Amino acid sequence: MTLSEVTGISGEAGDFRVSVKQNPRYIDMNRCIACGECAAKCPKKVDDEFNAGINKRRAAYIKYGQAVPLKYAIDAANCIYLARGKCRACEKFCPTDAIDFEDKEKNVDVNVGSVILAPGWSPFDPKGVDYLGCAESPDIVTSMEYERLLSASGPCMGHLKRPSDSREPKKIAWLQCVGSRNLNRCDNAYCSSVCCMYAIKQALVTAEHLEGDDLSQTVFYMDIRSHGKEFDRYFEKAQADGVNFVRARPHTIEPGKDGTGVTMRYTLDDGKVVVEDFDMAVLSVGLEASKDALSLADTFGIALDEFRFAQTSSFAPVASSREGVFVTGAFQAPKAIPRSVAEASAAAADAARLLTAAKGTLTRSKSYPREKDLAGQQPRVGVFVCSCGINIAGVVDVKEVVAYAEGLPHVVYAENNLFSCSADTQDLIAKRIEEHNLNRIVVAACTPRTHEPLFQDTLREAGLNAYLIEMANIRNQNAWVHQNAPEAATAKAKDQVRMAVAKAALDYPLARDAVPVTQKALVIGGGLAGMGAALNLADQGFEAVLLEKDARLGGNAWHLDTTPKGEPVRPMLEEMIQRTENHANIKVLKNAALKSATGSVGQFVSKIAVDGQTRAVTYGAAVLATGARESVPTEYGYGEDARILTHLEFDRKLREDAAQLGQAQSAVFIQCVGSREPNRPYCSRVCCTHTVKSAIHLKTLNPAMNVYVLYRDMRTYGLNEILYQKARDLGVIFIRYDVDQKPAVAIEGADLKVTVDDPIVQRPLKIDTDLLVLAAAIEPHASDELIALYKCGVNADGFLNEAHPKLRPVDMAVDGLFVAGLCNYPKPVDESIEQAKAAAARAATVLSQEAMQLDAIKSFVTDDCDGCALCLDVCPYRAIKLEEQATEGNGQVHKRIVTDKALCKGCGLCAATCPKGGVHVHGFTLDQLKAQVSAALVDVV
Amino acid sequence: MTTNHEPVILGFLCNWCAYAGGDLAGVSRLQYPPNMRAVRVMCSGMVHPDLVVDAFGKGADGVMVMG
Repeated sequence: MTLSEVTGISGEAGDFRVSVKQNPRYIDMNRCIACGECAAKCPKKVDDEFNAGINKRRAAYIKYGQAVPLKYAIDAANCIYLARGKCRACEKFCPTDAIDFEDKEKNVDVNVGSVILAPGWSPFDPKGVDYLGCAESPDIVTSMEYERLLSASGPCMGHLKRPSDSREPKKIAWLQCVGSRNLNRCDNAYCSSVCCMYAIKQALVTAEHLEGDDLSQTVFYMDIRSHGKEFDRYFEKAQADGVNFVRARPHTIEPGKDGTGVTMRYTLDDGKVVVEDFDMAVLSVGLEASKDALSLADTFGIALDEFRFAQTSSFAPVASSREGVFVTGAFQAPKAIPRSVAEASAAAADAARLLTAAKGTLTRSKSYPREKDLAGQQPRVGVFVCSCGINIAGVVDVKEVVAYAEGLPHVVYAENNLFSCSADTQDLIAKRIEEHNLNRIVVAACTPRTHEPLFQDTLREAGLNAYLIEMANIRNQNAWVHQNAPEAATAKAKDQVRMAVAKAALDYPLARDAVPVTQKALVIGGGLAGMGAALNLADQGFEAVLLEKDARLGGNAWHLDTTPKGEPVRPMLEEMIQRTENHANIKVLKNAALKSATGSVGQFVSKIAVDGQTRAVTYGAAVLATGARESVPTEYGYGEDARILTHLEFDRKLREDAAQLGQAQSAVFIQCVGSREPNRPYCSRVCCTHTVKSAIHLKTLNPAMNVYVLYRDMRTYGLNEILYQKARDLGVIFIRYDVDQKPAVAIEGADLKVTVDDPIVQRPLKIDTDLLVLAAAIEPHASDELIALYKCGVNADGFLNEAHPKLRPVDMAVDGLFVAGLCNYPKPVDESIEQAKAAAARAATVLSQEAMQLDAIKSFVTDDCDGCALCLDVCPYRAIKLEEQATEGNGQVHKRIVTDKALCKGCGLCAATCPKGGVHVHGFTLDQLKAQVSAALVDVV
Repeated sequence: MTTNHEPVILGFLCNWCAYAGGDLAGVSRLQYPPNMRAVRVMCSGMVHPDLVVDAFGKGADGVMVMG
């Protein structure tokens, strides 16, 4: 439901009634074919909000080319007719009569069991902040505007131009923390979490867009917060590529001398004042709660925090204060894409848990007639050439294409349709199949990426196999892109139809196989993440086997004192363990080890050793949550003095004897102990927050205690920044050090001394301390055995890899395997629990089916395979195995590959590698592709 | 070869990226010369070297594998 807003909610978790107001679109979605005629003819120009107002759109518009659904809308606030009663130009020109000025607001009530709120965020608006100078210089832009300037689909088509004079900028500055970590000029005390990385990305992408070696990019920052997986490597790459990082906050920003560019004044660490000119400045604006967060919270009756983000607990990170209402994304707290996407799955997991009783009760399935047997039939191809109103017919001579198609080999019927996708044409195609006994269909229209499923359905309804259709893309890849060359476009359309017919003649019926699914999960690792995943799956009604290598569940959580929000971990952990051990659907195996893993998604089999006995488990999906550990420091005198502790040792002391800790006169924390170093070139993510939380704890125990934090970059991302601020307010002293001038620790008799070079006073400081806490790096458990068993991916640091960091953050590259918790990357309690729920939701997509329907576009082995096995290494999905087979008759043994249909994605790397034609992909065989090549080049002399 | 020779280019377009890009170029009405004929493939890695050789053998002036 687009253009809709919630106006009210009643009822309770499991049975809500939600009132939705649907605003009129003024365009009938069923009729709109997204041809864009309405926008082309609309006379009203409006600032294009998607391009940050840099260019204009029309009042009839789509927000952007990839919009879903791809249907136009009329912006009532700007439409001339709706405002003044005259115009209706769009209506005159719309080829499908989709414009409907009579469209009215509708009020709809929906009955739902759970609600997920994902309203997103708004960028901070720097216009009111005078010192940033954006009112004075057009060359000072926000990062959102700059993103559009850089984009290939943006207002300058990816050819970067600065706004003042449309010249290519060569020297660009980024200003970090605009509208974040700032209480003087706005109320956003928190860190927006994403700006450091997007600024680095923009600096690097800029270099890709500009030619010449005189490009200079400078990022002005306070702390670089590259605390995500692989982020520090990216930061280091940017430094190596010549991006300048300057730790300074420019305080005076003015237009350049001739009115273009920017002049900035800033102060370096050593007090030197620099005045520097730039061609352009980009303000890295922060994330704010979405503009309608307050009204949304009011409607749903949920609690927000002081920054208008939804309040959640670390143990239920996507649950709002109202039962059954879940929150996700930047509405919960500012965050980057990977965590937003994982959180979305976590919210789906919690929502699904509430819907367990109703699962499957509202689903319907469609039935089709029996498929005709085509055995022995020659191809009889029907060609349907679409006019798409005037979208195609306005450029391509469709009648000529039809006449041409009639003369092609195997074609027994061809016709032109005004709209091939309309419901009446679908009926017509079915009728023609019957009348002319057609057994292959070619539709020359738009793109198969959007419309092939529709025509496949038409074929199935007419009793033909769904894979006997080919599409010739004569709209998106012809008429629309050759608007000024109608003759050439018509010639190309004929070629496209000829190629499609040539391939169609070689099409053959394909079957969609189904893989039976064992609706049971294996969860490996009994820490917070493993238990979280098992509990959600079990609550959703799936059986889960939870394998833990130790004698007790709980993992690292036993050693944590509180979360950054101050919630004690122990009671939550004990409750979670109790629930896990007593859940009817969970089988807990302690002291257990995974010994083998065979099979694939839907049907894995493993042997598990428990207390010396081995048992077999069959499961459809697995969640890997094998955790990580605090590393043992090898520097700063660790192990030589009882006063030198790691974070977890410090937490234990806090729990066991806080009073004794409070007696210390002085405490020093050293950050990045073993992290961001050559042998562990990543940020351990949790340590900065853990340190400030601990420092606050010490200051609370003993306000007179001198507490020092020696750091490289403080990375208290997101709302954790509030703790950093609080620590400074309490008098904790933060001293930055460089990695090549690390602090020195000396144990001199009874004295523990720390020496550090203070960059502000520019001299070494010597600190006598009673306590030294080392922020030891988090390192993954060695899991070579597990990696070998499942053939799953791992990064250079030993953390298990997700299939795609942004799009599939908890899926692994091997189908049916999901990842959660520290084994994926260091993360705090709330993020581990989120990821656990997300992994459960993703695993449930497999487990909820009794049989998994597979696509038919899969590799298959032919008799020409001689078992050379070249394809085994190139298969990215490990879907190919080499097997020995006995030849029928003579019993001779030969080798041949076998492909696993459940794993194969139909990419055809095997087929392109095979020197013998021993393996092909259904629907894209070498013969079919060759037929297209030959058909394409038939007229070339 | 005459000066008004129009080259024929055969393109192998990955369904998931290049082909989608071709579609987006259409939605965005980007205009380009009509000299390429596209073969949609499920991955640019599917393009067997024989296909490229075949295309040149049959007179293609250029082959683009996009993925």
